Amino acid sequence: MSEKINLLVLQKILPNDDILSQCIHCGMCLATCPTYELTKLERSSPRGRIRLINALAKSEIELTDTFVYEMNFCLDCQACETACPAGVKYGSMVEAAREVISESEYGASFSNKFKKFLLRNILASQPKLKFVSKLLFIYQSFGIKKFLHSIGFFKLLSPKLGEVDKLSPEVSKTFSSNIFQERIKPKGEIKYKIAFLTGCLMDVMFAEINKDTVDVLTLCNCEVINPKNQVCCGSLHAHNGDIETAIKLAKKNVDEFGKFDYDFLVSNSAGCGAFMKEYGHVLQNDFNYSEKAKLFSEKVKDITEFLSDILPEITFHNVEGSFTYHDACHLAHTQKVTNQPRKVLNSIPGIELNNLEESTWCCGSAGIYNIVHYDDSMKMLERKMENIRKTNSSTVLTGNPGCISQIKYGAKKFNVNVEVFHPVTIIKRALLNSNKK
Amino acid sequence: MDNAAKEKIKAIVGNKNFTDSQEDRICYSYDGTAVLHHLPEAIVFPETDEQISKIMKLANEAPFNVVPRGAGTGLSGGSIPVENSLVVVMTRWNRILEIDTKNLTVTVEPGVTTANLQSEVEKYGLFYPPDPGSLTVCTIGGNVANNSGGLRGLKYGVTKNYVLGTELILPNGDLLKTGGKNVKDVAGYNLKDFIVGSEGTIGIITKILLKLIPLPTESITLLAYFDKLTDSAQAVSDIISAHIVPCMMEFLDNTTINCVEDYTHIGLPKNSEAILLIEVDGKGSAVQEDAETVKNIMKKNRASFIRVAASISEANILKTARRSAFSALARKRPTTILEDATVPRSELPAMIEKVTEAARKFDVTFGDFGHAGDGNLHPTCLTDERDKNELDRAHKAFDFIFNEAIKLGGTITGEHGTGLAKKHFLEMVAGIPGVEMMKKIKSAIDENNILNPGKIFTISPKCEGSLPFKREQIKDFHL
Repeated sequence: MSEKINLLVLQKILPNDDILSQCIHCGMCLATCPTYELTKLERSSPRGRIRLINALAKSEIELTDTFVYEMNFCLDCQACETACPAGVKYGSMVEAAREVISESEYGASFSNKFKKFLLRNILASQPKLKFVSKLLFIYQSFGIKKFLHSIGFFKLLSPKLGEVDKLSPEVSKTFSSNIFQERIKPKGEIKYKIAFLTGCLMDVMFAEINKDTVDVLTLCNCEVINPKNQVCCGSLHAHNGDIETAIKLAKKNVDEFGKFDYDFLVSNSAGCGAFMKEYGHVLQNDFNYSEKAKLFSEKVKDITEFLSDILPEITFHNVEGSFTYHDACHLAHTQKVTNQPRKVLNSIPGIELNNLEESTWCCGSAGIYNIVHYDDSMKMLERKMENIRKTNSSTVLTGNPGCISQIKYGAKKFNVNVEVFHPVTIIKRALLNSNKK
Repeated sequence: MDNAAKEKIKAIVGNKNFTDSQEDRICYSYDGTAVLHHLPEAIVFPETDEQISKIMKLANEAPFNVVPRGAGTGLSGGSIPVENSLVVVMTRWNRILEIDTKNLTVTVEPGVTTANLQSEVEKYGLFYPPDPGSLTVCTIGGNVANNSGGLRGLKYGVTKNYVLGTELILPNGDLLKTGGKNVKDVAGYNLKDFIVGSEGTIGIITKILLKLIPLPTESITLLAYFDKLTDSAQAVSDIISAHIVPCMMEFLDNTTINCVEDYTHIGLPKNSEAILLIEVDGKGSAVQEDAETVKNIMKKNRASFIRVAASISEANILKTARRSAFSALARKRPTTILEDATVPRSELPAMIEKVTEAARKFDVTFGDFGHAGDGNLHPTCLTDERDKNELDRAHKAFDFIFNEAIKLGGTITGEHGTGLAKKHFLEMVAGIPGVEMMKKIKSAIDENNILNPGKIFTISPKCEGSLPFKREQIKDFHL
């Protein structure tokens, strides 16, 4: 079994043991790891997990319950990559390990199959995602959800299920991709041509943020190109060990965006931006795609990264309020974008941007982590909410949909009186000179 | 260790605080030291003094070896398991028990991290200066056991200068209390200082009383770039001769500068042969005056550029960058063997030259950095443990460096400890009577040699890996 794993899967992703040997086990990652902080166990730390993956690759251990648990216990927040002076690519190692798990008998469990089905069949297909979202919308808006909660239906099934249901974001009334034209022109002269990833969940759950992003771009004299055949970026697939589907989606996007001529590809979701920046790496050994994917990735920018670059060309109006900013992991740790959003927000007159302690510490959202590891996720969320409380801010801004839902949920659960927005929503207000909500 | 012993251990600490799974054994088989590792038989997370005491008593009967461990960031193998050993992990003992603002002391459990301790006492305007490079991770217990130093050693000293007392469980299970809050105390032998740096071979520390000092109000941090290595070394000597005591005076060579810059992207000069990171601190105008003098000395020694940190956050970025040096060097090669040969500070330029010579002579690559102000260098060999031939040359180079350090009146380790990695060199520094005395003390306290055996000086049981190695194995060895 382990012999097979070693040869077939792990080596495919980790082509030689250089990547595994790079970790000098100095332990600098331990202080930044939310799961190590919870357990104080070496195996819940990046250093310990790397050692375990190394042991599996060398057939020193079998694939065991403990191994599988620790790989899935990891948030993949990649704070350890930021902390690692040696530049160890921890994230790709854990993702490789997850693929090994998903290919093994552990991947055959019902919950794993269901997860795989959702990722492969729903998220990866825009029409199916929209259909399911419509059903969810009906469930959420016509009193069914409220009714089931009021009669304690979820508590009957499982005490946590009710909480998990509350965690899932509300489906937007109108999906953003249904409104957007393929090309949206600004009122004035076109300064930049910006391709825009509508995303999968961003489109159906956070359509408002997508609309705000497009508005901000057009207000900044950008033509927004919105390829109608674009697909989900594939990041959730890659993080959950389904690299095959992720690659398919990546190729499709490289093709679809490749039909247009644009200056930058802008994303408003930290996870999507991070993974699209990786396309070049993911497809580097594909003869037909390596060059195209590399060029594709070079043009990807987070919305705040782009705005920060063109800041001298923008005029902001006054926006009053006390704000704080939470760094989404895949923005701060994977994309290393931390200064740009603060720079943009600080240049808006009237904004008081309070420093958030441990702003780069994961909020516990981490894709679907808050659903599958609800209790652990809540411990991380509580820590985040306490830090937010200390800032005395009325609004939290953060650049990732998962974090937005999680912190909104945390505000209710831990009774912290804050609103939560994506930075573009506030940036749009500043561009429009309207402080209305 | 047989199952009966394991069952007895479980009965002492409870099932939830015991593990002998293969995964956990692998995860506690190493620390921050290169090349060395060994699987323990089991791991425990004790909760009380009594549990540790019972484990010690059981270890004498069963028998098995007991290896204490903090965060596992040590660089001499002090917390690496030996044969038939039980690892005792102390990271969950992480409470700060008392901050005494009248006597300026703090009482902590051993698992508190150094950085956490510092930020808590700073809230009271107090200061705990020792700051090893791994301060965000490493524990006070480990710091005391290894008498850790750090960047501020030059002005503020090292861990031993701040330990007022300890409580520890001895190998026979007894609780020993040393020291106290008294500034003066000469009752009997000075046991508290003996515990500091004993590397977990005398007892398992369960409580620590530390001295605090008032937090300096002002500080100025600057970075000087040098085109020539020798100029930077001369600048260090000149500062000391000018009777200025910066709180920090750190040296980085070109290889280290490049690795650190690749990690941090803070604009370090990749073409400079060396940089010096200097911080002066204190109260009032004296700080500014010292900074001016330092700048003038840098200029006199042909510094090509002097960068003064404009804010505390910039100063912190520079210091954090320096602390990342050891790990950042792993960007070049997968195995980084870090040593800390230390010489009287007047000999620093000579020592830097010897490291360059070692690299040339044995055909290996070194990144060199360290605490220039206190003569504590960290020549780091960049190698690959999978290349046995190169690893062998690296060992020879270190042997050369240790010998040269001792000829210059120096020592084999300034702040990392002897542990497993350097025990074969101990006689060269301590002399035979010194090592004999250490062995006698150890055997008087630990009759059955159950507590962290094989560290500092004993020869058996042997550890896996190719380090440490015998001197006789090295050709043309000479003292």
